[in-house]
Amino acid sequence: MDTFVALLMGFLSVVLVNNFVFTKFLGTCPYLGVSGHLDKALGMGLAVTFVTALSGTLTWMVDAWVLTPLHLEITRYICYIVIIAGAVQLVEMYVRRFFPALYEAFGIFLPLISTNCVVLGICLFLDVWGTNNLLEAVVLSTGTGMGFTVAICIMAGIREELMLSDVPEALKGAPITLITAGILTMAFMGFAGMIK
Amino acid sequence: MSASNDSLSSPYSAALFTGLWKENPTFRLLIGLCPPLAVTTAVKPALTMGLSVIFVLVCSNIVVSLMRNLIKPHVRIIMFTVTIATFVTICDMFLKAYTPKMSEMLGAYVPLIIVNCLIIFRAEACASKSGMVISILDGIGMGTGFTLALCTLAGIRELLATGHVFDIQVMPKAFVPWLAFQMPVGAFVTLGLILGLITALTRKKGA
Repeated sequence: MDTFVALLMGFLSVVLVNNFVFTKFLGTCPYLGVSGHLDKALGMGLAVTFVTALSGTLTWMVDAWVLTPLHLEITRYICYIVIIAGAVQLVEMYVRRFFPALYEAFGIFLPLISTNCVVLGICLFLDVWGTNNLLEAVVLSTGTGMGFTVAICIMAGIREELMLSDVPEALKGAPITLITAGILTMAFMGFAGMIK
Repeated sequence: MSASNDSLSSPYSAALFTGLWKENPTFRLLIGLCPPLAVTTAVKPALTMGLSVIFVLVCSNIVVSLMRNLIKPHVRIIMFTVTIATFVTICDMFLKAYTPKMSEMLGAYVPLIIVNCLIIFRAEACASKSGMVISILDGIGMGTGFTLALCTLAGIRELLATGHVFDIQVMPKAFVPWLAFQMPVGAFVTLGLILGLITALTRKKGA
């Protein structure tokens, strides 16, 4: 039971309290680039969630069971990035085969997931946080992806409304999006400190 | 090779200077936005980050430019990333050895240079198409533009959040620090307002 509570707390922590987009600024590029439509944002978020979960787990396993015992920590970043690129390739092939419409909609953003900071970010932060069992790694990396999905969907919803509103000429586009994001982070700051 | 040596070094100066303002990665192209938001709470970490990015960008541009005729198109992205990851590892170890405090402060953001879109974008758009000299100049120019953007943001945020820049007191004693600027909200809002200002200024110039 204790482990279950700990896992749940960890999960909520990465989704809400330590949301990667709002507190660590990771994944800001797709966050600003793709989040114009709610359905597209949801699709993107799910793709990222899948890749994060997959690569977070894989990198944790490689790190804990191969690199650390063999003292090859120096090659850590290179291994991570190769694993992520592989996972993204897998997702890309899967989506192209089974969801061609979604594949068209993503365009360039799908291959770009491999350079999405969220994905490499979770691999690195799993190490920083000192995650020491596989289950924790799986839960935390899935939660991070979901946190990204939450962030990108909220943003997409706001931007759909924003298109109809009267924004000062100079702030149209990226500037107003950034300011909106800033205000959103304040909302999410309300969660700060609830779970460490 | 692809760079012409006869004309008045114009492709060279162009490669060097476009990154500074016309195609400034942060302010004009809006790529690689994580570090500008994350490490700009003060000027020192921002400067360290900027210099690291210049180092990685120049080195990876050199290597990519040298191997551009050897690699097949469909494996190029992974080759670029592995190259970048190698140099980031070097940079990370260097920072850990010589400025341990700064390395701790920047934390995971140093390895995250690997996925900074700016570097892979320059590898793809410039270094994989042009000779070594152009690639080096392009790396220096783009990197400097990035560093300048980082320092501008960090300067504004540090000034408003603490009242001093580079640990030198600037504001009068009576100044009440705006702590919000040290938090994520300060990063987003500052960058948003700077972008808005740039749009407003350039639009007037164009009209």
